[in-house]
Amino acid sequence: MEMAEQKTAIVADAPHPVAQTLRMLWRDKFALAAAVFLLIVLLSALFGPALLEGVATKTNLRGRNAPPFDFSQPWYLWLGGDALGRPLLARIIVAAQNTMAVAVGAVLCSLAIGTTLGMIAGYTSRMASQVIMRLADVIMSFPSLLLAVIVLYMLPPSVFNLIIVLAITRIPVYLRTSRAEVLEVRERMFVQAAKVMGASSGRIIFRHLLPVILPTLVTIATLDFALVVLVESALSFLGIGIQPPEITWGLMVSQGRAYLTTAWWLSFWPGLAIILTTLSLNLLANWLRTALDPVQRWRLEIAVKKNG
Amino acid sequence: MADHLIEVRNLSVDFHTAQGTVHAVRNVSWHLDKGETLAILGESGSGKSVSASAIMNLIDMPPGEITSGKVLFDGRDLLEMSSSERRKINGSRIAMIFQDPLSHLNPVYTVGWQIAEIMTAHGMPAEKARTRTLELMKRVKIPDAENKIDSYPHQFSGGQRQRLMIAMALALKPDILIADEPTTALDVTVQAQVLSLLEELQEETGMGMLLITHDLGVVAEAADRVVVMNSGEIVETGTANEVYHTPKHPYTKKLISAVPGTGKMTDPLATGIEPILQINGLTKHFGGFVAVDDASLTVLPGETVAIVGESGSGKSTLAKTLLRLEDASSGSALYLGRDLVTMPSDELFALRRDIQMVFQDPTQSLNPRMSVFQIISEAFEIHPDILPKPQWKNRVRELLELVGLEASHMHRHPHQFSGGQRQRIAIARALAMEPKLIICDEAVSALDVSIQAQVIDLLVKLQEELDVSYLFIAHDLPLVRDFAHRVVVMQGGKIVEQGPVAQIFDDPQEDYTKGLMAAGLSPDPEIQADRRRARAELLETTI
Amino acid sequence: MKKFLWKRAVASAISLICLIILVFFLSRLTGDPTDLFLPETATQEARDNYRRVHGLDQPLVSQFFRYVTDLVQLNFGESVRRAEPAIDPVLRGFAWTLQLATVTMALVTLAAITLGSLAAFHVGGFFDRVATFFSLMGASAPDFWIAIIAIVVFSVGLGWLPTSGTGSVWHWIMPVAVLFIRPFGLILQVVRGSMITALNSAYVKTARAKGVENRPIIFVHALRNALLPVITVIGDQTAAILNGAVIVETIFGFPGVGKLMIDSILQRDFNVILAAIMVTAFAIFILNIMIDLLYAVLDPRIRY
Repeated sequence: MEMAEQKTAIVADAPHPVAQTLRMLWRDKFALAAAVFLLIVLLSALFGPALLEGVATKTNLRGRNAPPFDFSQPWYLWLGGDALGRPLLARIIVAAQNTMAVAVGAVLCSLAIGTTLGMIAGYTSRMASQVIMRLADVIMSFPSLLLAVIVLYMLPPSVFNLIIVLAITRIPVYLRTSRAEVLEVRERMFVQAAKVMGASSGRIIFRHLLPVILPTLVTIATLDFALVVLVESALSFLGIGIQPPEITWGLMVSQGRAYLTTAWWLSFWPGLAIILTTLSLNLLANWLRTALDPVQRWRLEIAVKKNG
Repeated sequence: MADHLIEVRNLSVDFHTAQGTVHAVRNVSWHLDKGETLAILGESGSGKSVSASAIMNLIDMPPGEITSGKVLFDGRDLLEMSSSERRKINGSRIAMIFQDPLSHLNPVYTVGWQIAEIMTAHGMPAEKARTRTLELMKRVKIPDAENKIDSYPHQFSGGQRQRLMIAMALALKPDILIADEPTTALDVTVQAQVLSLLEELQEETGMGMLLITHDLGVVAEAADRVVVMNSGEIVETGTANEVYHTPKHPYTKKLISAVPGTGKMTDPLATGIEPILQINGLTKHFGGFVAVDDASLTVLPGETVAIVGESGSGKSTLAKTLLRLEDASSGSALYLGRDLVTMPSDELFALRRDIQMVFQDPTQSLNPRMSVFQIISEAFEIHPDILPKPQWKNRVRELLELVGLEASHMHRHPHQFSGGQRQRIAIARALAMEPKLIICDEAVSALDVSIQAQVIDLLVKLQEELDVSYLFIAHDLPLVRDFAHRVVVMQGGKIVEQGPVAQIFDDPQEDYTKGLMAAGLSPDPEIQADRRRARAELLETTI
Repeated sequence: MKKFLWKRAVASAISLICLIILVFFLSRLTGDPTDLFLPETATQEARDNYRRVHGLDQPLVSQFFRYVTDLVQLNFGESVRRAEPAIDPVLRGFAWTLQLATVTMALVTLAAITLGSLAAFHVGGFFDRVATFFSLMGASAPDFWIAIIAIVVFSVGLGWLPTSGTGSVWHWIMPVAVLFIRPFGLILQVVRGSMITALNSAYVKTARAKGVENRPIIFVHALRNALLPVITVIGDQTAAILNGAVIVETIFGFPGVGKLMIDSILQRDFNVILAAIMVTAFAIFILNIMIDLLYAVLDPRIRY
C-alpha cells in the first residue's frame, strides 16, 4: 500500500482511450483471437443471409450427408453437407443471424430494463425497492427454461417472442447487481459531495452512479451473452425455439442428432460454432474484467511497455 | 558488535510494479538490543515497514525482491534460512502486531482460538494453550476474560482488540516484538493505555521492541533510539532526545517543524459581529440512540471553529445534519437568520452555494471517472448562475492555481495525484461554489504530517484572502491548536466545553478535556518523560 | 431466529402467490384451456363435459377462486394423462432429481473448492491455469451438445456406458458428468477469486507472522472466510438443477422432474405442471433457508 501511495505522484497523461483499449487487447492474445472470431460471427450474422441464402437452402440429393474435408468441392461444402445435401458451412453462416439476433436483443433488453429497475430500487424509496425485489424473486423462482417452454408453447415461437422470454428471465441478474452496486456507491463520499453541491437525483444517477457501475454490468452482459446463446440453442434443440425452415445453430445440432452414428459432422460443426462463440465471449469478459478495473488494469498495460 | 539481539545490514528491497522497479528500501542498516525500544519513523512511502516485513518473511516475492543485505539473528542470517525454519522463529522468537487490529484478526474464529493457535502451531498441547490464553487475556486486562475467551473479534472494542493482538504476540515470550503503527487507528486516550501496556510488558520480559510509526509523539513516549527514514533510505539515527532537539538532516528538521501544536495560538475575533451560523439545541436520534444531543454553538464570519472529539462523539453527524445529509430530530441551525433544518428544498438548493464541505478521504471524495476539470466545473453545471460557460476553463485554472496546483493538470484524473494534491482538488471544488462557510470533516486526518501542515497553511491563506468561515472537525487536539479561533469539545453526542482556543488549551475546565489533553502525546521526549513520571506519581498517590 | 424464519416465509409466500397468479393467467388467458388440455380430435361433447367438470364455464374470478382453494388444500387435481393424482408422478420425479442434484453438487463442491483454493495460492501457477481452463470451458459448453457427443463416444462408439435409464451406477455417470461441467466452472471461478482476496487479507498476514503452516493458512484461515460468497453460488446452482435439469434428463432418459415437466407440457397435462412448479418452488424455499443458516454457521458476525 505504501508503495502505491508514493507512486501515484502525477502519472503522465494517458493516451487516447480507444488507442489504449486496442493496445491492451493486442497484448492479450487470447482476448484478441476471441474478439476477431466474434467480429467474424457478427459479420456473418449481418451479411451472411443476404449473400448465401441461395446456397444454404439449395438441396442436393447426391450430396446427402457429404463428408467434410473434401477440398475438391466448392468452399462451402468443405465442412460437408446435411441430410438434404445442403452445405453445412453456408448454413452455419446463415444461422448466425438468428442466433445473434436473439442473443443481442435479449441481452440489450434485459440490461436496459434490469439496470433501470435496479437503480430505481437502489436509489429511491424503500417501498419501490421492496416491490421490485419481490418481482425479481418471482422471476428467479420460476425455472427459466420452463418459463420459456410454457410461454413459447402458447405463443408462436418467433425471434421476437424468444427475445422477450429470454430477456425476462435474465432481468433479475442486472437488477440485483445494479441495485447492490448502487447501494454501495451511493454511500461513497463523492456522491455525498455532489449532494452537498446541490446535485439533482438525475445528475447523481447519470453522472456519478452509472459510470461507476457500468463496467461491472458490461462484464456481466458479455457473460450473459454467452449464456443466452446457450439457452437459445437448448430451446431450439428441444424443438420449442425457432422453427424450421428458419435455422439456428441449436436447431442444426438437433436435426443432425438422428444421424449421429453415421454422419457425426451434422451435429458437430454447429455445436463447435456455439462453443467457440461462447468461449470467445467468456474470454472477452475475462479480459474486460481486468481492463475495466483501474486496480487490475496495469497487468495489461505493463506488458504493452515490455512489447515496446 | 555481534551481540545485538537482531541486526539488519545493508538491506535493499525492490518492488517490480507497473511503472517499473521501485526501490522500497536502499542499503538500510540498524540493530536492536535486549530490553531496548527502537523506533523507525517515517511517512507513507518511506519504506519504514519494509525491513520488518523482511524479518517476518512477509514480503511477497514476486513482486518484491531482496537485492542485498543480511538480517542477523542469533548469529544466523534469517534471509538464508528455509521457510520452515523461519516459520519456527515467527511467533515464538519474533512476534509482530499491526495497525488496525480488526482486519488483522480472523473474523470467523474466536479470539481464544486465535491466541491459542500461536502456541499450538509451535507445538504446545491444546489444553495447556487454552489455560495460558486465559492468563494472557487477564494480563492484558481484558475484563471478564473467562467468558470473553470464546467471543469473536467484532465483539470487542478497538483498544481491546489491540490488547488481544498483544496477548497473542507475547504468548510465547518472544525475544523481539515488532509493533507496526500499533496505535494509529485508536483514539488518543486508548492510544495512551496501549502504549503504557506495551511498556509494562517490555519491562517484565526484557524483550527488544521495534516500533514502526509516523508519529513523533509515539516516538517521544516509547522509544529509546530512533531511525528516521525518507524515500527508502535512513536519513538520521540517534537517541529520541538527540533527534528531536538537535536534528541534523533537513528532512528531520522539516518533519519536526511540521508537527502541529507548537505554534502561536490565534486570538479570538472581536465580539459583536452578527454570527454566520447559529446552532441551537440541535439533536439527532437514530432510533433510540442519541448521536447529537442538544448541541448549541455559533460561527462568526471569517472565523475557524474546531469541533474536537473521539470516535462516537457525534461530531460528524453534527456536520451531516447541517448539510442536510441527515435530517435533524429537533433544534435549529440559523444560517444568516434562516433555519437550515426546516428549509424547503428549493431554498436549500440556492443555499448550497454558501455552505460547502471538504471530506476526510480525498481518494473517496473525488469521482474516479471524472477529470479534474469536470470535478471542479460540476459546480457551475449545477448552479448555472455562478458563471457563463465560456469562462469555466479560466475559472478552473484560477482555482487550481489558488490551491497550489498547476492549471495544466485539469485534464488528469484523481488517481494521478498524491493524497495531498487530491485534497487540494477537493478544496478547489468547494471554492468553485464561492462559499461563505466550509465544513471540513477530518479534512487532513488521512494525510502525512508534513502534508497536513501544507493543507492547513492553504486553508489559513484562503481564509485571509476570501474571508470564509470554517467549521473544522477533528479528533486530534494539537492539530487545531495552531489555527482555530475557538474550540468545541464533544463527547458522547454532547458538547462538554467550548471557548477561545487559548482558554481550552491553557485552562481547560472539564475533566474530559483535561484527560484528552493529558492523553495527547508531545513530540518532545523530555516533556513525555515528565508526563510519564507525573502519571506514575498520580497512580501511586491514588493507590 | 424465529423472526428471521418468519420473515423469509412471508417473503417467499409473496413470491409464491405471484407465481400462482402468473401461472393461472398464463394458462387461462392465452387461449381456451380445453384446447390445451384436450387433444385436437376431441368431440364437442367431450369438450363441454370437460368444461363443466373443471368449472371452465364459470366466470374467470370464480375459476381463480376455485383454483386457489384447491391449491391451499394441496389438491393439485388428477393427472389428465395418467390415472393418478397429479402430485404422485411429481414426487417420484422429484426424488430422482433430488438425488441427481445432491450427487452432482457434492462432487462439484468438493472439486471446485479444492482446485480453486490451490489455484488461488499460486496465481499464474499450474493449478491456476488448469482452473482457468476448466472454468472457461464450463461456462462455454452447450450441455446438450456435450451430452450427445458423449453418447456417441462412450455408448455407441466405445460401448462403455448405457445411453439412458437409472438401473446401475453406470447409468449415473454421464448425466452427472454433463451436469457437473457448468456449476463446476462457475463455482471454481468464484472460489478462486474469493480465495485470492482472503489470502491477501490482513488476518492471513497475522497467521504468517504467527508461524502457522501453509496448509492451515489456506484451509483453515482463508477458506472459511472465502466460502461466504461461494455458498450463495452453490445454492443458486443447486436450485438450477432442482428446477429441472431438463436437457440432461431428456437426453439421458432420466426420470426426473425436469423431464416430467417437458413431457407434461407436450402432453398438455396441466395439473402435473402446476404440481411440479409448486413442489420445486417449495424445495428451493427450503434450500434457501438452509443456505442462510449455513451462512450464520460460517460467519459469527451474521445473527438472524
